[in-house]
Amino acid sequence: MRYIVTFIILFLNWVIWSGMFDAFHLSLGIISCAIVTYTTHDILFTREKFSYKQIIEVWRFIKYIPWLLWQIILSNIHVAGLVLNPKMPIEPHMIRVKTRLKKDISIVTYANSIILTPGTITADITDGEFLVHCISKKVADDLLTGDMENRVAHIFMED
Amino acid sequence: MKILAIIFIISGVFFFFTATLGLLRFPDFYSRMQATGKGDTLGAFLSLTGLALYNLADGFSLSAALVSIKIMLIAVVIFIANPTATHAITRAGIDCGVEPWTKEEFGVQSSEFGAKKEESR
Repeated sequence: MRYIVTFIILFLNWVIWSGMFDAFHLSLGIISCAIVTYTTHDILFTREKFSYKQIIEVWRFIKYIPWLLWQIILSNIHVAGLVLNPKMPIEPHMIRVKTRLKKDISIVTYANSIILTPGTITADITDGEFLVHCISKKVADDLLTGDMENRVAHIFMED
Repeated sequence: MKILAIIFIISGVFFFFTATLGLLRFPDFYSRMQATGKGDTLGAFLSLTGLALYNLADGFSLSAALVSIKIMLIAVVIFIANPTATHAITRAGIDCGVEPWTKEEFGVQSSEFGAKKEESR
């Protein structure tokens, strides 16, 4: 099963990037995608079988993206306001944020989401604790409400 | 369609501008990473979306749609690569013991960074 899904993903990429639909280029794509699928089938999907759970996870992740994009825009405007303000009212400081997330994939998603929302950078991750650099008090308070963490936990079913 | 594309590109350029201004104005290493690492992400995303829309403005065809999809794939790559690179540079700064500039003594104390520096040796 994972052979087929990996092959379909690779071939879709091939078609998009080559943009040619004659038999010669498509057959070249099928041959090279088959070779790559055979050699790297265990990298993209580590487990042999797909479960219903994974499909829900992908769907929830897609629903998470628009919310994240909206948060990025809101906080980018906030940081732009800080930069353009002549007094520059910034209060940079480091905080430690405890997290209850356990899986690697959810920690990566959470850390990357923190970095994507401007004003906060994940600097270091030690077991169950994030070291986060915040540019102002407001963004730190936003982070500490735990709204984003709850959403990430919901995606990967760690509620 | 063209007007929408132009609005997207102008707002993208605006966020690039604030990112660069932040790089010049902010006081220390970490705050500068804040300004460049994120303003660039949204700026690049908005500019690329604008370009993709502009490309479709002259009439919808398969080749134009393919080019727009490629442009949006570049935006996706930037969305994954930019935060990762920002994290890597910030972490390198902490490992080297660069002390964050603070207005008052709050949050994590700077002595902790000294301790971490000793550990990593």
